[in-house]
Amino acid sequence: MERNDLKSMEDKTIDKLQEKPAQEKQIERLVVSSSPHFLRDENIHKIMHTVVLALLPAMAASVYFFGLRAAGLILVSVVSCLLTEYAVQKLREKPVTMWDGSAIITGILLALTLPPGFPYYAAALGSAFAIGIGKQLFGGLGYNIFNPALLGRAFLMATYPVLTTTWSEPLTKGVKAGVDAVSAATPLALMKFEGKMTSHLDMLFGNVAGSMGETSAIAILIGGLYLRYRGYINWKLPLGYLGSMAVFGGIFWLINPTKYPDPLFHILAGGAMLGAWFMVTDMVTSPVTPLGQWLFVICGGLLAVIIRLFGGLPEGVMYSILLMNAFVPLLDKHTRPKFFGEEM
Amino acid sequence: MSLKTFDHGIHPSYNKELTNHKKIEKANLPKKVVIPLQQHIGAPCKPLVKKGDAVAEGQKIGEASAFVTSPVHSSISGKVKDIEKLPYPGGGKVLSVIIEGDGTAKEWGNGGIGLDLESLTSETLRNIIKEMGIVGMGGAAFPTHVKLSPPKEKKIDAFILNGCECEPYLTSDHRIMVEEPENVVWGMKALMKAAGVENGFIGIEENKSDAIEALEKVTRGSNIKVMSLETKYPQGAEKMLIKAVVGRKVPVGKLPMDVGVVVNNVGTAVAVYGAVKYSKPLIERVVTISGNGVKEPKNLLVRIGTSFEDVLNQCGGITKHGEREVLNGGPMMGIAQTTLDVPVIKGTSGITVLAGKEIKPSTYQPCIRCGSCVEVCPVNLMPYKLGDLGRLYRLDELKAWGGLVCIECGCCSYTCPSKRPLLHWIRVGKIKVREKEKV
Repeated sequence: MERNDLKSMEDKTIDKLQEKPAQEKQIERLVVSSSPHFLRDENIHKIMHTVVLALLPAMAASVYFFGLRAAGLILVSVVSCLLTEYAVQKLREKPVTMWDGSAIITGILLALTLPPGFPYYAAALGSAFAIGIGKQLFGGLGYNIFNPALLGRAFLMATYPVLTTTWSEPLTKGVKAGVDAVSAATPLALMKFEGKMTSHLDMLFGNVAGSMGETSAIAILIGGLYLRYRGYINWKLPLGYLGSMAVFGGIFWLINPTKYPDPLFHILAGGAMLGAWFMVTDMVTSPVTPLGQWLFVICGGLLAVIIRLFGGLPEGVMYSILLMNAFVPLLDKHTRPKFFGEEM
Repeated sequence: MSLKTFDHGIHPSYNKELTNHKKIEKANLPKKVVIPLQQHIGAPCKPLVKKGDAVAEGQKIGEASAFVTSPVHSSISGKVKDIEKLPYPGGGKVLSVIIEGDGTAKEWGNGGIGLDLESLTSETLRNIIKEMGIVGMGGAAFPTHVKLSPPKEKKIDAFILNGCECEPYLTSDHRIMVEEPENVVWGMKALMKAAGVENGFIGIEENKSDAIEALEKVTRGSNIKVMSLETKYPQGAEKMLIKAVVGRKVPVGKLPMDVGVVVNNVGTAVAVYGAVKYSKPLIERVVTISGNGVKEPKNLLVRIGTSFEDVLNQCGGITKHGEREVLNGGPMMGIAQTTLDVPVIKGTSGITVLAGKEIKPSTYQPCIRCGSCVEVCPVNLMPYKLGDLGRLYRLDELKAWGGLVCIECGCCSYTCPSKRPLLHWIRVGKIKVREKEKV
């Protein structure tokens, strides 16, 4: 009986609540949200597509120096990234966001780190790994710890060690493109294994053997500066990384100028430029605090120089960035800025 | 000359050109007003009138015995129709007095006592300010007399008048400074005397050059200095303003008086002028009605208790079709209303109506750790992280990462490219932390 009373009371309350809107029907419905009610005209698509735009000069340079095969490799990588993104998101029963631009960036960046003669199927595999394992396995955009493109590249290094280190001369040196091209050593390999230095000017314009998009420092710089102009990268990341490489590289150069390359060589050779402007600056995998960012780039640059000069590999940019990526959560945790008015 | 300011912050579109050249107009005398008995931070008032009572314009109708409180007055003359809980623009419902007007209005300017500042002591001034129901008119509505009564051991050496008005769309303070700079300065001097402070500063964003000019003219040769500040949101936030004007940082958990500063708003100064000079309680205020959802944006002098609907109808009404959002205040810190049947209160600096594409999207994307929220946060927090901690009710961590330091300016949500409602999550987390600490 008591329960019935309660029930009827409840019903009455509900009736009362339901009457209310009827009484207030003359009032039109308004949108209600929490402040602020005014947002910046900015979104992920815009950021990602601007990065793609900024990569255009580097892509154009890769086609200029290595021929249409470079374009083919970029296309294969991008398509493979997009398809993997779609497939994994379907499997995870998540909304499909393959066109947000981030998968396209991963595809382009991965392709730009490959030798021009790299087989298409292997590029497709590396791209699938980059997106599937490197990004989606961690939870998709924003949750990955490592830069997906670099992780894909590291995977290819382990899977196809020979293919990933077989370089060819650029077309501008009068050789044939493609898999039949004459193999050649990169400036870093020449320095490391044969003690030969390459001209700075050739490295600046990209007239050297190497990964498709890493060779032309100037093309990368144009894209990077454009991103800086649009406000999408923090200047301290690329400049700090290159600066750290130059300083630590320079210390060894001062110790023994005949054995070790000069600072300018360090920042023009290999993946330094591409890494500094497009991978160190990857928002997802770099720290957000000012001090964390400094530590990230200084240690990254030091690691790259150490690997280059003393490691088993001629190039250290990739591993230096991947290693530092792993420290990002810790860096952010321990470099929290002081609150306004803290400790006074 | 580089302008003074604080670190970080944002530069939103201010959209002030809609009303910043429009003179303040007197709104129509309302037929009915609804006066909430709590329009301030602190203890709610108890009604001093009952149903059927006749009330005069300016008569005190609600009072509380606590220190941190402020009385309320009738803004029209007429009869008390009822006292009940009614929707309040600050959210929820508040006990309010409904008064039906008799159509007459009092002239406050003429025949006033015309008091001379010199003859009044600090204490008398503080009493007048309290009795006349003066509260901070920038939006927070903190009782002014409380701010003016620091404990003895706290030496106050700077008084700052806040004329920043950094909220987009709002121009009420701007117009007040341009149209009645003498009254602003008179009120400011009264406030300074009440607080016992010699040095005064008026902080104004440099986009209001006409206001700066007007006030410089009036304060020339006095101990009040007009400071032009960078136009940047939230320049008018108390802590940011103090940093910009006198270079002091209010420590976490402390008040401006702890660094020897008292801050008051331009609107408050004008209300104090009326209160001291003409014994006029705080019964009307300047309200900016603006936004793309309003037909004719205006600056109106509105009586407290006038309904939003009445006010908006005097501005040509709001857009009829599509989505509309009506805010008590500006778009950065304003509170969205569920009905137009809410009254203008002492803290209503503006009514902003957003419509169509100006209304923010309701969906959000994953955080891409771009760090722009960290870059803009004026109190150096890491909002992307706090947002997640608040969303997940990880309250201890929220507190450790400075959640309670947040001044709720909304820069983080504004700048987020993924449109994440960061401030909303942080705010919910803060409320939960406080609830937990109370238990």
